[in-house]
Amino acid sequence: MADASAKQVLFEPIFSNNPIALQILGICSALAVTTSMNVTLVMCAAVIAVTAFSNLAVSLVRTQIPGSIRIIVQMTIIASLVIVVDQVLKAYAYEISKQLSVFVGLIITNCIVMGRAEGFAMKNGPYLSFLDGIGNGLGYSVLLIFVAFFRELLGAGSLFGVSLMPVVNEGGWYVPNGLLLLPPSAFFIIGLAIWGLRTWKPEQIEEPDYKMSRHTTKEAF
Amino acid sequence: MAKAKDTVSRTLLVALVLSVVFSVVVSTAAVVLRPAQIMNQNLDIKTNILAAAGMLKEGASAEEIEEEFSRFDVRLLDLDSGNFVEPSDVGVEDPMKYDMYKAASDPQMSTNIPSSEDKAGIKRRPNVAKIYTLTENDELVRVVLPVHGYGLWSTLYGFVSLEGDANTIEGLGFYDHAETPGLGGEVDNPRWKSQWVGKEVYGDDLQEPQVRLVKGGVSSDAADREHKVDALSGATLTSRGVEQLVNYWMGDRGYAPFLKKLREGEV
Repeated sequence: MADASAKQVLFEPIFSNNPIALQILGICSALAVTTSMNVTLVMCAAVIAVTAFSNLAVSLVRTQIPGSIRIIVQMTIIASLVIVVDQVLKAYAYEISKQLSVFVGLIITNCIVMGRAEGFAMKNGPYLSFLDGIGNGLGYSVLLIFVAFFRELLGAGSLFGVSLMPVVNEGGWYVPNGLLLLPPSAFFIIGLAIWGLRTWKPEQIEEPDYKMSRHTTKEAF
Repeated sequence: MAKAKDTVSRTLLVALVLSVVFSVVVSTAAVVLRPAQIMNQNLDIKTNILAAAGMLKEGASAEEIEEEFSRFDVRLLDLDSGNFVEPSDVGVEDPMKYDMYKAASDPQMSTNIPSSEDKAGIKRRPNVAKIYTLTENDELVRVVLPVHGYGLWSTLYGFVSLEGDANTIEGLGFYDHAETPGLGGEVDNPRWKSQWVGKEVYGDDLQEPQVRLVKGGVSSDAADREHKVDALSGATLTSRGVEQLVNYWMGDRGYAPFLKKLREGEV
């Protein structure tokens, strides 16, 4: 990874090494914040900012961090950044921060952030680490936006809060699919997205860990 | 190099420097952004009050909301007696600063509700409520009352706005709840909320609150239609919660003593 180019670092995580679709990280927030596009976009921006700047900060001090407390150091950096982001949202995007509620705070526990700090920023320079943070944030965002697009369109008949298919409750014709407003639907959409992505890029299909043996043999006869 | 940075003193030093630096960063952010956050919170409450009173214009700016809201008087009300109290009685200077939901968890400032009467499922009730009144030409024309109660998953917090006759509902809205999106969450649906406008809380004797949420809609010739609102489809428990909480707060343990005085012109 030492000689990875900036472009690779930035764009690889979007489709080829997507943190959600390939590494299956950060799923919890993908379920919680994808009921509407507005909320999702703000969440994505928050995650991109946190991964990028935590990678940058960790990378800047990586030669100074003692091995025994490195995880705590990374956590402190990430947690502080998340609190700052949360405060900024409360000050400038109050409505959306109310809808995101605890999920901004929960970016701290988002495995993507910590995974990149430990897996990439500890080994690479600040510039590449920063780009890697943005790249992984973008990879997360692409999938979240994909999920939110279907959930908001089919679940509420609108996009970005603008009604496209007037729903029955408001006097229109579209009977919204309530399931899509509930968290499990995000699982289905993510599953379908992973299926689609692996059909497009078959190299992402994992080797099976083991082969299932037959249930019975004919030896008894 | 690996050795040099792994000594105990070095580890402590890094931990110390890091903690200091990041506590400064976090506290600076918190202090610098605090005024903007408080403004947002206040604006949010004002927006909700105006929305419940049906006075919120679509896309109103912050200044317009402030201006519209400034027509309201913020009053503190002793629920048992139905009389107004001074802000100093509850230990605040500005009535806007009084938090009735915080008071509800303070044993000194709240009362236990016996479970037989606890229709709204809230267990404790503050002694003093914060209400909003609108006076035009020396006449009280509108009163916005905070209400809350348990739905299916969550406590719903909202406002009910009554006309000057202390009986006719002018609007209702919830600003905080966690009911199922698409089912109970439809309490936020403007179309559903619009049904409440013009309904009457009390029967002819003006004693017990009579609000009912009924299944299958309210036809124009239904008996008691002035008290009935169509329930939310697929959300029986949320509908029941809303019905109970409105009746609780309009009842004797809620705002009834005050509303009675209001009708009799004693306010």
